[in-house]
Amino acid sequence: MPRKVAVVGTGQTVCVMRREDASFPGMIYEAVNRALKDAELTLADIDAIVFGSSPEYFEGVNHPEKWCGEASGGFLKPQFRIHTGGTVGSSTGIAGYYHVASGLFDVVLAVTGDKLSEGPVQLCLSTVYDPIFGRDFACGAPSAVAIQSRRYMHKYGITEVQAAKVAVKNRKNACNNPYAQLKFPDITVEMVLNSPVISSPLRMLDVCPASDGACAMIFACEEKAKKITKTPAWVKGVSAVAEGVNYVNRDWAEPIALIKAAKTAYSQAGITDPRKEIDVAEIYEAFTYQELIWSEGLGFCGPGEGGKLIDEGVTEMTGELPINPSGGVLSTNTIGATAMMRQVEAALQVMGKAREVYEGKEYNRQVEGAKIALAHGWGGAIQFHNVMILSSNPD
Amino acid sequence: MAEIKEIKGKIVVPYHWSYGATITKFFQETRENKKIYGARCTKCKGVLVPPVRLCGRCFAPTEEEWVELSDHGRLVSFTTVYLPFPGQPTEPPYTYGMIRLDGADTDFPHLIKEIDEDKMKVDMRLQAVWSEERKGNLFDIKYFKPEE
Amino acid sequence: MEPLVKEGNITVPYQWTTGPAVGKFLTELRDNKKIMGLRCPKCKRLFVPPLELFCGRCFVEMKDWVEVSEEGKVISYTVVNLPLPEPCQPPLPPPYALAAIRLEGADTEIIHLLGEVEFEKIKIGMPVKAVWKEKREGSILDIEHFKPRG
Repeated sequence: MPRKVAVVGTGQTVCVMRREDASFPGMIYEAVNRALKDAELTLADIDAIVFGSSPEYFEGVNHPEKWCGEASGGFLKPQFRIHTGGTVGSSTGIAGYYHVASGLFDVVLAVTGDKLSEGPVQLCLSTVYDPIFGRDFACGAPSAVAIQSRRYMHKYGITEVQAAKVAVKNRKNACNNPYAQLKFPDITVEMVLNSPVISSPLRMLDVCPASDGACAMIFACEEKAKKITKTPAWVKGVSAVAEGVNYVNRDWAEPIALIKAAKTAYSQAGITDPRKEIDVAEIYEAFTYQELIWSEGLGFCGPGEGGKLIDEGVTEMTGELPINPSGGVLSTNTIGATAMMRQVEAALQVMGKAREVYEGKEYNRQVEGAKIALAHGWGGAIQFHNVMILSSNPD
Repeated sequence: MAEIKEIKGKIVVPYHWSYGATITKFFQETRENKKIYGARCTKCKGVLVPPVRLCGRCFAPTEEEWVELSDHGRLVSFTTVYLPFPGQPTEPPYTYGMIRLDGADTDFPHLIKEIDEDKMKVDMRLQAVWSEERKGNLFDIKYFKPEE
Repeated sequence: MEPLVKEGNITVPYQWTTGPAVGKFLTELRDNKKIMGLRCPKCKRLFVPPLELFCGRCFVEMKDWVEVSEEGKVISYTVVNLPLPEPCQPPLPPPYALAAIRLEGADTEIIHLLGEVEFEKIKIGMPVKAVWKEKREGSILDIEHFKPRG
């Protein structure tokens, strides 16, 4: 059995389309400093660093782990770089957890980021497609997810309106998060349905932005975690599973890797009824339809019932299982840090810290009484899925 | 003069991809015989197109002898791309889909033409339109159109 | 059939944010022909060029800008003979000499070209001096190369 590990500190940068005042290493340094400050630790207390970032093409600089090595706090420390496409943030968090759970390190800093404004995002994403069978038609991430979304709509009768409701929910939620990029307090379903088509059926407002941002989190073993903070977020379940890309009988509407990852994580955490037992979830919905598909994969509802979930308001802040109080990926997407932000936001919820005063203004996205939170990420040609379950209770 | 805040430039990466023996043979058949082949998994018996040596799902080899597939199939999903971006290989708007050729168990991506998007339906039947001049690549098939 | 090969180029246009440290360093090269460094308040090292506003070793912010001399010495060098493929041209065609140069007062090296010297005469420890371009753009190549001095 791995030993008990908790998140003891987190840090995020405020995400915008383009940070003109800081370079990529500069942003990483900010996130690391914020996490250290949050945990009231210094670099001397950190035993190892795990760094994550997406494909180097995004910034046109090879080896971002080298470029950001010192900024990550990595001078003369054991260091690793992680990369799993869009879910690199959560894989990096999971790697940080593994370092401590293994018993080899007591306190580990995991940091992620990307500065998407520095390079040609859609072109870079298009190079992810198979070079011979697919790249000629690629339109970044949107066209691949459009293929998934349309199949999903066809299989279960999911509608554009249901997808649009996800955009409305999350962009309104973002108004309560000082770090989120897109805040639309007045967004409506009509606005989403009237926005231009990017890659059918996806419209502009169905799609995430491209952001500059970084995020860091600190994992500690039980003995140290209890000394560092009164409110550790205990890691109760972790799973990272990959499926293939174009394998025999792939059903785009059935995320088999996610179903498996969720099952494994729930089993570790002793969860048998996720919809009832999970208080809040942060899931990687880069595109509106994905919040519905992933909800099904995570067992929040049955197959094909994702639309019903949003129609019934189950996932609103006031609902039975709020999803993405932070505004989710539809509001902020750095790619590199995005999936880690899901873990950080989930940790903040169970730590009771999802509210703060930022530059004189109050922001509150806390789900009251949240004790168990789920964080999810996906990446690649939709083949990597990560699930982490956090709790305020160590046992 | 204003303080420097940004450095602009470009990196050009020249590439030289080897298709490998399997895909070379696949395109030899499309070029010379207008035939599409798949490979059958020795374990699950699913047919993969384009043919590969390994079935990823089973982690088992595919059979040496290939399976000839139809150039007709069913449209699994599709999208019409409108978003332009620098370096885009195909100029929008264009429609492409994932096609389950008759006899295959994986999807084959290609362009779809000769039909308006609002008339297209998931699971509709399509057939390949072959290029007159074929060079041994994906565009030996010009595009797919509704089945006659 | 001949094994199939696909050839082409992927072009990645970029617009890097320099951040305040590199921004100021390049601006001073362009406007004033000055080479600036940042000194760490803790370890006292002077970083030239300063890549960031913090010292990587001490993990503290640096605010102390110091001008260094345009003269220094060669710490190490190499003569490059290998050409790179067409779109990836370095500033000069090979053969050219690259050196790690410790400018007077600095605690880090600057990587730059050595010019106006025969390759066989280059030595570690050799004193060198910057040769500036007339027309400067805010780039490390505002210095054309370093040449032997004395």
